[in-house]
Amino acid sequence: MTAASSPATASKGGKTPKRGGAPKGAFNARQLWTSLPDALRKLSPRVLWHNPVMFIVEVGAALTTVLAIAQPFLGHQVSGGTSTSVAFTWWIAIWLWFTVLFATLAEAVAEGRGKAQAASLRTTRTTTSADRVVDYADDDPGALHAATTRIASADLTLGDVVVITAGDLIPGDGDIIWGVASVDESAITGESAPVVRESGGDRSAVTGGTRVLSDRIVVRITSKPGETFVDRMIRLVEGAARQKTPNEIALNILLAGLTIIFVVVILALGPVAGYADAAPTVPVLVALLVCLIPTTIGALLSAIGIAGMDRLVQRNVLAMSGRAVEAAGDVNTLLLDKTGTITYGNRQASEFLPLPGVGDDALVNAAALASLSDPTPEGSSVVALAKTLGHSPSSSVASESVPFTAQTRMSGIDLSDGTQIRKGAASAVSAWAGSEGAIDSAVASELDRIVQRISQSGGTPLAVATREPNGGARILGVIHLKDVVKTGLAERFADLRRMGIRTVMVTGDNPLTAKAIADEAGVDDVLAEATPEDKLALIRREQEGGKLVAMTGDGTNDAPALAQADVGVAMNTGTSAAKEAGNMVDLDSDPTKLIDIVAIGKQLLITRGALTTFSIANDVAKYFAIIPAMFVGVFPGLQALNIMQLHSPSSAILSAVIFNAIIIVILIPLALRGVRYRPSSASQLLGRNLLLYGLGGIIAPFIGIKLIDLLVALIPGF
Amino acid sequence: MSPTFRGTARQYWVAVRAMVVLTVVLGIAYPLAMTGIGQLTMPVRASGSLIQEHGTTVGSSLIGQSFTDAKGVPLAQWFQSRPSAAGDGYDANASSASNLGPNNPALTKAIDARKAQIEKLDGADASSIPPDAVTASGSGLDPHISPEYALLQVPAVAEARGLAASKVETLVKSMIQGRDLGYLGEPTVNVLRLNLALSELDPGGDSGRK
Amino acid sequence: MEFWLFLAQLATVALLLAICHRPLGDYLAITFTSRRDLRVERGIYRIIGVDSKSEQSWQVYLRSVLAFSIVGVLIVYLLQRLQAWLPYSLGLPAVPQGLSFNTAISFVTNTNWQSYSPEATVGYTVQMAALTVQNFVSAAVGLAVAIALVRGFAAHRSGTIGNFWVDLMRGTLRVLLPLSVIFTLVLIAGGVIENLNAVHAVHTIAGATQNIPGGPVASQEAIKLIGNNGGGFFNANSAHPFENPTAWTNLVEVFLMLLVPFSLPRAFGRIVGDRRQGYAILAAMAVIFVVSLSLMTWAESAGGGAATQAAGGAMEGKEQRFGILGTTLFGTTSTLTSTGAVNAAHDSLTPLGGMMAMLNMMTGEVAPGGIGAGLYGILVMAVVAVFLAGLMVGRTPEYLRKHIGAREVKLASLYFLTTPTLILAGTALSFGVPGVVQSVEKTTIFNPGQHGFSEILYAFTSAGNNNGSAFGGISANTPWMNAALGCVMFLARFVPIVFVIALAGSLAAQEKSPVTTGTLPTHRPMFVGLLVGTILIITALTYFPVLALGPLAEGLH
Repeated sequence: MTAASSPATASKGGKTPKRGGAPKGAFNARQLWTSLPDALRKLSPRVLWHNPVMFIVEVGAALTTVLAIAQPFLGHQVSGGTSTSVAFTWWIAIWLWFTVLFATLAEAVAEGRGKAQAASLRTTRTTTSADRVVDYADDDPGALHAATTRIASADLTLGDVVVITAGDLIPGDGDIIWGVASVDESAITGESAPVVRESGGDRSAVTGGTRVLSDRIVVRITSKPGETFVDRMIRLVEGAARQKTPNEIALNILLAGLTIIFVVVILALGPVAGYADAAPTVPVLVALLVCLIPTTIGALLSAIGIAGMDRLVQRNVLAMSGRAVEAAGDVNTLLLDKTGTITYGNRQASEFLPLPGVGDDALVNAAALASLSDPTPEGSSVVALAKTLGHSPSSSVASESVPFTAQTRMSGIDLSDGTQIRKGAASAVSAWAGSEGAIDSAVASELDRIVQRISQSGGTPLAVATREPNGGARILGVIHLKDVVKTGLAERFADLRRMGIRTVMVTGDNPLTAKAIADEAGVDDVLAEATPEDKLALIRREQEGGKLVAMTGDGTNDAPALAQADVGVAMNTGTSAAKEAGNMVDLDSDPTKLIDIVAIGKQLLITRGALTTFSIANDVAKYFAIIPAMFVGVFPGLQALNIMQLHSPSSAILSAVIFNAIIIVILIPLALRGVRYRPSSASQLLGRNLLLYGLGGIIAPFIGIKLIDLLVALIPGF
Repeated sequence: MSPTFRGTARQYWVAVRAMVVLTVVLGIAYPLAMTGIGQLTMPVRASGSLIQEHGTTVGSSLIGQSFTDAKGVPLAQWFQSRPSAAGDGYDANASSASNLGPNNPALTKAIDARKAQIEKLDGADASSIPPDAVTASGSGLDPHISPEYALLQVPAVAEARGLAASKVETLVKSMIQGRDLGYLGEPTVNVLRLNLALSELDPGGDSGRK
Repeated sequence: MEFWLFLAQLATVALLLAICHRPLGDYLAITFTSRRDLRVERGIYRIIGVDSKSEQSWQVYLRSVLAFSIVGVLIVYLLQRLQAWLPYSLGLPAVPQGLSFNTAISFVTNTNWQSYSPEATVGYTVQMAALTVQNFVSAAVGLAVAIALVRGFAAHRSGTIGNFWVDLMRGTLRVLLPLSVIFTLVLIAGGVIENLNAVHAVHTIAGATQNIPGGPVASQEAIKLIGNNGGGFFNANSAHPFENPTAWTNLVEVFLMLLVPFSLPRAFGRIVGDRRQGYAILAAMAVIFVVSLSLMTWAESAGGGAATQAAGGAMEGKEQRFGILGTTLFGTTSTLTSTGAVNAAHDSLTPLGGMMAMLNMMTGEVAPGGIGAGLYGILVMAVVAVFLAGLMVGRTPEYLRKHIGAREVKLASLYFLTTPTLILAGTALSFGVPGVVQSVEKTTIFNPGQHGFSEILYAFTSAGNNNGSAFGGISANTPWMNAALGCVMFLARFVPIVFVIALAGSLAAQEKSPVTTGTLPTHRPMFVGLLVGTILIITALTYFPVLALGPLAEGLH
């Protein structure tokens, strides 16, 4: 929760309440232009100081500029036996400034994409007023009689209780403690359909800035002013709350190490070359230094990080810390709730199994009738299945529906002719039928057999019985209700397996049922009859073995497990306890998205690694451009190293500097988009990326520098 | 005293004692034992593979020698060793290479001078002079020359001693040692051994032109 | 013909190592993981006051390494200063202060750089009690540090990395001493001398006198090579016929230099419980070795340089019995390990051949590297390679089931920063500090032109990698060179050791993470290629400019 604890730097109070579409999709040249003012602001040494690589470039650029100005007064400048012109020094200075500018531009563009989103989020924070309950008392949970005062929403503090009625904006994050309401959350989720929020249970959380559409609710505020969910979200998308992630820190250390080495190399070069009267001038040394230190990755590193978070935001996932995004790439084990993630979450009728002596039609008809007034998805699926079999019972017959209760564990219908039809758990239905008359033992054992078989296959057996008006009750058969596994999941799990990630399905079902669904979905393991404690224990066990665990959750009882997991994705529909405990929130409340989150985490790391490799590999060509150019005036033999056949020493050095600057701009889209990632094994990924960014990184600059040199050669004086 | 300091002080006391024990074992017992065993089992080699001639030690078969007069002028009756940078030449107590670089003009000059000298002494054509004849070895004590250089010297030595060139050539050829195990290193001729054999063949010629 | 001889010679070395690395590697692994002490070891632990069963944290382990080494420096320094009063000193006086300082550090750091000519400087007592002892124990220290790092990889949430005193004694008594005893006898059989005779004059058949030296050479020669020390008993080092009499002893000496370094990967694989990891490291070492050897052999056979051309072949500074092939094999081996012994004058190698010797050291001596130091050096490079590659497979990088996080990268970066910084700073200061530069240019440098610059660069490269070989023409026995090289040797040895042991501690404390198909495999050819590439690129990028001013400026036309 690093974002929550960092100081709020984003400006308060939105001004332009308009919901701009978040910039999705590709990067375009316009973004460069619009980000330019920000990029220029970032040139300030006080800002750039945090990026040592680019800071060094800026110092070099400033130094070269001073020397360019001074050069006419210093007399003839000879570098390594080759005389250098004032124009040359100016060109170098200009392109060094471009190098820094391109780096700040990359960051500005990356941040710019978040800014539009932030602007639209700010509109939700427009200060509203709130009706605060004075002396909220438990004996008046609806605050129907309590007095309220009208205060500005910004003045609300933790623990305040407010009353919100239809049409009002919710003034702050909180939990509904009384009432039920439909809420328009489109401001943060972008989803226009209203959602139902009610007190108690897992859908009690409301978010500040969303609007109550109907009814009246009482809400206890759970966030401090300025630290609401929306505040955090704004800071995240703006990148203001961005903290360096562990891998980014490690990479920065490596880059600093390489930078130091090259600084030492350059510092040593002066006296060492002086022995042969081949000492290069300062601008030439600066040019070499800038070309050698890892400027490409140094310039793009923060843009990559911002863009990675942005990719999550575009998928409507808010990561509370970059650390969590990185951890997502490292996940070894995914805990997936069965319901809603692996299956559609509602069981559906898949077949009718009549008992001996009962006709198919009788069973189907009875089942359909019994389900006619059953509003649950299971009920309607029975009717739907019956329809496909050619039965469309009408409810025109006067009838009375019998709803499901926890006591009877059955539902059904009482027809006007006195016939009663019941469907429900086999034991309950048997008891109901048995209480009115003995059941044939053969029928009982057959029923048992069918029920067993369905259970073992992971389905839910629903027995159907009728009782004629004359009192004879009999069991007709069984409806097979089945959890339907979402399509395409098996392939995704296979992808995950290839990535080395184990999937564990978590369900409250019995082990048999669980196993059957697990097999169908293709998950690796199953945690059946899981209690929240079991879930927590499983996470701890996995972590003991050094594994990183990701899970989704929405209930308050998921909170400990969400907090324990390395990546805990809370559903936006969940309780605020769950949202607090997790380190990501999925605004779409789609548990399947966990898989996307893992891919985004990996892509972020791959992009960093690939561009670092590319950056370092580039140095080889730059050396072949600059080193011979630096000393060829004194040691003509070094011309043998000028394998690119560059025009002149001056053009060679300038071309390398220009390439070094331009490659940053060229790679901005890649940094923002991320390196292409396809789920595959580490070996395949490494092979592909090494070839592309390692070998490519060696070859590309040879071509690039040569092409630039052909152009530079046209400049008079080179 | 802080615990860290005490710990560090203790480490140093352990280090001193360990150093003393190891010095006794490795610095005294080990080399003396090896010397004892070496002298007992392989006395000739352990002592330097010295060569006795008529009861006196004339050198080591492993250490090259100069066959020049006191001024360094080659004695024509002997086969010549390679140029040497050890002391004044083949000073076995001052082993050394010339350490002249591959582009050092002084080395080029020295090589040209040596070539000229060999051309004069042996009447050889400059292009047939093998590199070992004009370069100093790494130790300055190289006991060997290449068979090419030995053969190149045959006419001059034979002439100096008044021997038939073919006889000397046969001697040289018998002294050529092939590569170790047939493929390691280069074929060599041990100059001291060759000259001793020469001396045995023609004892009268040792002191110079007859 | 030359090509087949080259191959046959290389194949012989490869075959010998292929036969020996398994038993020796396994033996090393057992030696350093066994709980049992030998009786003689128990006696020694009692004398020196060490509980062999107590394990040390990395901080204590490090303090022990430093304490032992500093005491070593003091003792070697004192023995040299007291030489005039010691027996068997051949009448030699005390070694001067600056030189004693330099030599003491040189031998304790396993560098064995010699600013002096041994025949004229040190008697038998200093040779044996000071230098031979350090030949053993400096090697054992390297071995111990490498083993400590390997333990770090193998450990699971451990606060300790072993006991330095136990590692030191076992390395010395169970590994180095037995090997040295065996190979001393082999070398004597080849003609290496082993006696206590003083220099004695003989009368040559040409009527002159020649001084024939003596000394306990074979016993020092064996450990000089096995322990990758390289300090010669004689000035000419392994070019001296009494140190290296024949072409086959030359091969034996090459084999000895490579024996332990090429066996350590096997021991490493065994200790971390995955032999394939050891073989991947071994493969990376072998690839670099073969490529480097081929390049140096090519350069010497091609015979660059005006003087070389004049002579008709690159035989200046080479012994006839070794020829070019025996020289480049020895030279490559010596500079790719931290040995620094030479069987030819490296100063007289062709420009590009000499560059290969420098480049070999500049790789950080990891192929296979010095005893212990090579293994820990290449493991640190593996950590760097894994970090880059690990990111490219989309996971927090792991090596041998340990996370490579900020702390590990920091230590690895500091490790690979230290040596180049010392080398480049030393070289630059030699040409940059007023007063020093005159002494360097007038006294120290021997050869004219850029070759002279290469001599200084070589000296600091050698000191900075604890190699000890030299472009031997330089006069290093000056106040600046003795002090600068002494400091570089000391810092280049122990600063990296600090980082390695800290890394060992950091790794040991970690839990082991599970291996999945998402984990970067570090035992496949691709990783070997990546590791080799990382080493070569980092080396090339660091040293290309100075090499361009030295051997490349001299050698390219």
